[in-house]
Amino acid sequence: MSDTVLQINNLSVALPKGADRSHAIEQISLSIQRGKTLCVVGESGSGKSVMATAVMGLLAKELKADGGEILLLGEALLKAPQTRLRELRGQAMGMVFQEPMTALNPVMRCGDQVDELLATHTDWSSEKRKAEVLRVFESVKLPDPLRMYSSFPHQLSGGQRQRIVIAMAVILKPALLICDEPTTALDVTTQKEILKLISQLQAEQGCAVLFITHDMGVVAEIADDVLVMNQGRAVESGTCEQVLKQARETYTQTLLAAVPSMTPPPPRPEAQGAAILKGTAVTKTYVSRDWLGRGHETHALKAASVAVRAGETIGIVGESGSGKSTLARCLIRLIDPTAGEIHWADHEIATLSESQLRPLRSHVQVVFQDPNRSLNPRRTVGQSIVEGAINFGMSADKARQLSETLMQQVRLPVESLSRYPTQFSGGQRQRLAIARALACEPKVLVADEAVSALDVSVQAQILTLLREIQSRLGLGMLFITHDLRVAAQLCDHVIVMHQGEIVEAGRTADLYASPQHAYTRKLFEAAPPAIF
Amino acid sequence: MNNLQRLWANGSVKFGVVVLGTMILVALLAPFLGTVDPSAMDSNFINKAVGVSGQFALLDGSTVQHTFWLGTDSFGRDLYSRVVYGARVSLGVGACTAVLALVLGGGMGMLAGYFRTVDAVLMRFMDGLMAIPAILLAIALVAALGATISTVVVAIAIPEVPRVTRLVRSLVLSLREEPFVEAARALATPTHIILFRHILPNALAPLIVQGTFVAASAVLTEAILSFLGLGLPPDIPTWGNIMAEGRVQFSQYPGNVLYPALFLVPTVLAVNLLGDGLRDVLDPKFARRGA
Repeated sequence: MSDTVLQINNLSVALPKGADRSHAIEQISLSIQRGKTLCVVGESGSGKSVMATAVMGLLAKELKADGGEILLLGEALLKAPQTRLRELRGQAMGMVFQEPMTALNPVMRCGDQVDELLATHTDWSSEKRKAEVLRVFESVKLPDPLRMYSSFPHQLSGGQRQRIVIAMAVILKPALLICDEPTTALDVTTQKEILKLISQLQAEQGCAVLFITHDMGVVAEIADDVLVMNQGRAVESGTCEQVLKQARETYTQTLLAAVPSMTPPPPRPEAQGAAILKGTAVTKTYVSRDWLGRGHETHALKAASVAVRAGETIGIVGESGSGKSTLARCLIRLIDPTAGEIHWADHEIATLSESQLRPLRSHVQVVFQDPNRSLNPRRTVGQSIVEGAINFGMSADKARQLSETLMQQVRLPVESLSRYPTQFSGGQRQRLAIARALACEPKVLVADEAVSALDVSVQAQILTLLREIQSRLGLGMLFITHDLRVAAQLCDHVIVMHQGEIVEAGRTADLYASPQHAYTRKLFEAAPPAIF
Repeated sequence: MNNLQRLWANGSVKFGVVVLGTMILVALLAPFLGTVDPSAMDSNFINKAVGVSGQFALLDGSTVQHTFWLGTDSFGRDLYSRVVYGARVSLGVGACTAVLALVLGGGMGMLAGYFRTVDAVLMRFMDGLMAIPAILLAIALVAALGATISTVVVAIAIPEVPRVTRLVRSLVLSLREEPFVEAARALATPTHIILFRHILPNALAPLIVQGTFVAASAVLTEAILSFLGLGLPPDIPTWGNIMAEGRVQFSQYPGNVLYPALFLVPTVLAVNLLGDGLRDVLDPKFARRGA
């Protein structure tokens, strides 16, 4: 028996008419040996997920494989009938998806979902199946397998859910494990554990892994071989070492160069002057009441203090649920803090009503994470970006001139002002959101995970734009991110948050050189390794 | 493909638009479709069969040569003219009810969804309204207000209001958390502009769909009210009234019930299919992948 588990030869998948290109993937070839990991890297729209679904035989019906072949252990999958594919899925190939919450059935107990696979593919008794499920739960390092067996997906954490999905993928010991961005939705510390788990399982079971990711750090951590894709075509392939260290193609080089470094640049001179945005002991407590009226308190934010001066960038880093977004929202008064003081320049605004707040709103502006949802889809971008300026009394004529200036500032064509947000790419929409924030001449810009949803090359462009705008306008910036690399490159000071509390704060260079708090150190260890 | 093309590509929408369009044309062009005054009655032509023709006496005393395509009723009125003119009232009631229910329900839904304090009070009131069967509530309202076209519209619209309110409220609850609404708040946009410029346009698609269902059920409810003798006065030709009068002698002259039904059924079907189709195309939850 040969050692090649998956062999793809010149695979092409056609897109329906009217799409932006004729093929989702074109002439892709690859092969994976037993016990090896092939990472497919590319930005969004590169066709990497289409390839994974083609292998699984799960292509959407608008998509059609119109050339090439897929061989799994020598068997041609494209010609195989649905019944055969169904047998192979689970038994010969397992898949791990990006978002574990949607990959699991929310109304079925986790154990039953895994058991269902065994019931379909084996003729074992129910006792034997349950024992096997519990054994696999143990092997994917789920704590307390019995409790997990009878839990519903929503009762588990994101990492635990992903372990359940992995358990489903590996329980029948498939020869091929396909992982489609399995750690993208997870925190960095959880990501580290999941990656470790996947390589352990691979060592135990000897399966081949097809690992799809956009993250060069993850590639460096687990890949044996790498295939770089762009716009549906293979750009470069080779061993991990070759591709990451001696990239031949310019596209690969730009992709690698766009990954921010963990080493902060030389510090800028300390900003002088009074704080233009200051939060003192800001606290947010949510109270939920049960049907007897008994209150249950959730401390989202515990007495956090932060100050931003003109011209400096303060980074807030932490994992999901650490309270960093809650802090930002309190500071711009999108939610009301339970306690604490907030100053916009000289105004104490923590307890002002919305109507008292409105005249002061131009002081602080915000850019959100999701570029698809941060612009009203029913208004033209021209209307959207000058909304603030018009609210503060600018005439329509002046506003139009302003919108043209702003478009130039964020490097977008002025002619596109009359278009709608859906006609722009994610990166362009984020530029529009920045333009809109700048329209009412704020003193402070709050960026809440503003580059997290973007591809790494687009991310680099937006970061450059933010830096440029900051130095031109002397803005203070509060930059919230979960990405330590981005924070290292952009921020003068970094605040680390964990479970609603600030655990450490300091100048970026100092904090990255010698993190003091145990949690900060854990966070730094979990970050994917340096590539170069 | 733009939205209109996508709508037209949907079979349900196409069927709905064609049938409903025909009905609307019939209603608008009623005087030119070989009809006579629908209230004119001639004792010489009581319960005549389909296709009978003769000199028909109009209300002003003049006579006119007329063929009764669908026969006449027990008062000697031309059934064809009554059904065609009835389309005006029935469609009008349907459309006005839908608009009224959407405006009232939409307004209250936006208030309840956006202002948490209003929500508690308003929604309990709506829950109370929903506990009363729609047709009973409509009957009670007509009884209290008297039966004219406008009161019938109000009486049919009010039981529909809670459903629309709930729909709009749930839409607003999710839309108000959207980043573009939060960004508008950060830009000091006044609340009424947030509601009408940022929230309402994005809630419009499901609202239009709901409107078609309200219109369809309003046409039916009007017919039911008239059929029960609680709706519009019998001299106003509506499909429900015609059927109500035909009910008494249904065994001898079934046409008096069946002919208006031949108009009523496709109309309601068309409006419902139109709503289904609109929902399939406009609601992202039903949008197919890659579409």
